[in-house]
Amino acid sequence: MTGLWSWLTTVDHKRIGVMYFLTSFFFFFVGGLEALLIRIQLMRPENAFISAETYSQMFTMHGTTMVFLVAMPMAVAFFNYVVPLQIGARDVAFPRLNALSFWVFLFGGLFINSSFLFGAAPNTSWVGYANLTSLQFTPGRNVEFWLIGLSILGISSILGGVNFITTIINLRAPGMKLLRMPLFSWMALVTSFLLVTAIPVVAVALILLAFDRFFGANFYEVTAGGDPILWQHLFWLFGHPEVYILILPSFGIISDVIPTFSRKPLFGYPVVVYAGILIGFIGWGVWSHHMFTVGLGPIADSFFVASTMIIAIPTAIKIFNWLATMWGGALRFPPPMLFAVGVVAVFTVGGLSGIMHASAPIDLQQHDSYFVVAHFHYVLVGGALMGLFSGIYFWFPKVTGKLMSESLGKWHFWTTMIGFNLTFFPMHFAGLFGMPRRTWTYQAELNLETWNQLSTVGAFIFGISSLFLVWNLFRSWKKGEAAPANPWDAATLEWSIPSPPPHYNFPVLPKVRSREPLWDEVERAEVEAVTLSEPEHEPEMPSPSFWPLVVALGVVLSWALVMTGVWWAPLLGLALTAFGIFSWAFQPAFR
Amino acid sequence: MARAAVIAQDDHHYTSTGLSSWKVGFWTFIGSECLLFASLISTYLVYKGRSVVGPYPEEILNIPLTSVSTFVLLMSSLAMVLALDGVQRGSRKLSLIWLGGVILLGSAFLGFQAYEFTHFVHEGLTIGTNVFGSSFFVLTGFHGAHVTGGVIWMITLWIMAARGKLAPADSLKVEIAGLYWHFVDIVWIVIFTLVYLIQ
Amino acid sequence: MSTEAVADGFGQAQGGASPSGHGDHSGHASPRTYWTIGGILTLITAMEVAAFYIPAMAPVLVPVLLVLSATKFMLVIMFFMHLKFDSKVFSGVFLTGLVLASFMTVALIVLFQVLPKYDFMG
Ligand code: HEM
Ligand SMILES: [Cu+2]
Repeated sequence: MTGLWSWLTTVDHKRIGVMYFLTSFFFFFVGGLEALLIRIQLMRPENAFISAETYSQMFTMHGTTMVFLVAMPMAVAFFNYVVPLQIGARDVAFPRLNALSFWVFLFGGLFINSSFLFGAAPNTSWVGYANLTSLQFTPGRNVEFWLIGLSILGISSILGGVNFITTIINLRAPGMKLLRMPLFSWMALVTSFLLVTAIPVVAVALILLAFDRFFGANFYEVTAGGDPILWQHLFWLFGHPEVYILILPSFGIISDVIPTFSRKPLFGYPVVVYAGILIGFIGWGVWSHHMFTVGLGPIADSFFVASTMIIAIPTAIKIFNWLATMWGGALRFPPPMLFAVGVVAVFTVGGLSGIMHASAPIDLQQHDSYFVVAHFHYVLVGGALMGLFSGIYFWFPKVTGKLMSESLGKWHFWTTMIGFNLTFFPMHFAGLFGMPRRTWTYQAELNLETWNQLSTVGAFIFGISSLFLVWNLFRSWKKGEAAPANPWDAATLEWSIPSPPPHYNFPVLPKVRSREPLWDEVERAEVEAVTLSEPEHEPEMPSPSFWPLVVALGVVLSWALVMTGVWWAPLLGLALTAFGIFSWAFQPAFR
Repeated sequence: MARAAVIAQDDHHYTSTGLSSWKVGFWTFIGSECLLFASLISTYLVYKGRSVVGPYPEEILNIPLTSVSTFVLLMSSLAMVLALDGVQRGSRKLSLIWLGGVILLGSAFLGFQAYEFTHFVHEGLTIGTNVFGSSFFVLTGFHGAHVTGGVIWMITLWIMAARGKLAPADSLKVEIAGLYWHFVDIVWIVIFTLVYLIQ
Repeated sequence: MSTEAVADGFGQAQGGASPSGHGDHSGHASPRTYWTIGGILTLITAMEVAAFYIPAMAPVLVPVLLVLSATKFMLVIMFFMHLKFDSKVFSGVFLTGLVLASFMTVALIVLFQVLPKYDFMG
């Protein structure tokens, strides 16, 4: 089963995971290029390397790309590949729906980036505040590409969330109780709940914007009684849960990596699980900390100051649990562990600056300055992305059956650490000394040049560091040493099957009796007796289908045709969607 | 249920909760839809009393008419559970009658809505008139779109039933469709109260 | 799409039977109960509309209407959607969404309609 057609019609969670990864990895370099252009422009005061308009497009597309096309889908790549293996399932609950999520994501990402071809890339920042996005202030197509692209991506996320919640609730192997599940699968569950609950809110915010722009509605039109602040609330009601959508998968990864390389069970496992759930819930009650400068009044501000400070507690609990896991462990530091420890260190810096601007009066100084840019890059790059890197090094042998080069991995880690900190640490100072965010250039008299030059140099080091990863992935995939089933001597189910896994994953579903089935001699023997055996007859797996691809095209077409402003045009896309859905529904899942 | 017993012993067909994945997935989806409609309803409520020109809700909302259409939609939910019951009993006649009932009542609801919309436009209320118009049409329009999708779904099931392809073993299909239909109904229960009755 | 119960290992088995053999989950109530619920729903709707038109109700109209419609809501999800009889898992995934949705609606009303009415700064 190879060839292009087999990939276009695949419903195998492992292949879909690989496609998610490759797509998001590609977009990582697109977003990185945009970042480098931003950094070159800011290298010196009153620079004119790129125009103000191009600059706006660059920071908008950089943010949008990194959040929606890199960090989220790369986490979903791991959900896809790893969760079924960790919980002992043969696939996700809805394999064809899974394929649909991927295709919709891919087309949505391409759609939003196609705006470059028209010279109309989105230019109103990743938060797209009303009423800058109104026809009056941004008449071009830029905003439309953005709002339609994000709407498409949202569909993919909601469907993916439903799929993973169902998979984790329903397809755990016998004995895999919820409180025996590996932490990564746990965080995939919490993240999926955040996806299905938070995405609809931003979807509505975007739909209201679409009605304003295409059909003359008044949602954000002040003269008609509309209120641009409504956008901010809806956006951040989604936006703050979103930052946990970005960070929790990484927390999950390092919660599996750290015990493995400390050769100790995770310290306080249930507490880490409950802290994750708590973060998910409290994450819904803090959104207005992004809006302290709006003037919501003392009651609202005080509430959100308090809730924001409270949410730091479960986060800190996790940090202490990771440290306690390492304490007294038989530590090893291959690349996955280096990145995991890096996350603990660097994320903490970002968490601390977060607590600083959790205080409303302090935030009045820091808001929309480079200080905030420093904060969220520490949590997003240092926390989310480096956690995903840790996952790449950790699971690569499982996916490809090859070991990655450790020395290249170490080069990657150290250049990343240096480049990353050199880029973002000086931004704290630039911000405190008055450098505003999302501004094309700055005056020489502000004396910000040194900080900016440090950041630019750091950014290039960071850029180069990523090439180590690319080279390592490519080289190891081509001629890495063969990997055994459990190269790290890890404890969880995905390491009980061959590397790479057979397409049905488990010949017979294993029975699980503890949290670390492979660390108990007896249990390990029991599990491996079934997972490493040749099946008498191959398990029946869902057959490939190209209807997900057709439906995805229909969905994207429906949205793209909204651009015409003709009310019935999207119905053509809907017709294709409906055709795809019917053909899908009447095609048996198994042959 | 002999077959189910066999399935239970074969770990190939095992699920950890013993529940159907379709139902777990669909209930999750309904939970997600709650936030979609809550966002639209919140928008309507937030903009209450903020329109700077008329027509205003109290001048234009037709309570007697909407009470009837609300009743119609409630009865369609009743028809829906009876249709499920019919399918489970293996009665093609009952399945066809009650699924047909859902289709007719759902279409009638849509007819009321079409009448209401055209009437409002006639009275000078469009999506661009004021924030009431914007939030009213988008909220109820979204709901109407959901009803339309549901009616198409029901027609599909009706055709399947007519062709004898809706045996008791397929009742899960009808149950899921029913969950969708009832959900759209409870959304309307909320809209009827918050938009029409509490002015 | 065949008419026989096909279990597929993904918990997507067709038919009223759940894969674990718990049997028929869906026929929890009889048509009689359904008709009764339908009747109650109609009655409550009539009460709501009546309350709307009775001037004497005006001061308590909002709470009365909220309670009545919440009752209808509960009746539909409990009986027509079977939550009363079905697994708690379904209630769990649904309530997660519903609770967050209600919380968000209340919060937005407070932020936009209630708090602005008070001038704390004097
Ligand atoms: C200890 C936990 C955290 C606290 C107390 C915190 C607090 C804050 C506050 C108050 C702001 C608003 C600053 C302003 O705009 O004036 C902010 C911005 C931001 N935070 Fe955090 N944060 C925390 C963790 C995180 C995490 C884990 C992430 C993501 C992985 C994150 C991502 C962001 C982003 C992206 C922004 C900027 C949004 C924008 O304006 O574009 N934060 N944070
Ligand atoms: Cu936040």
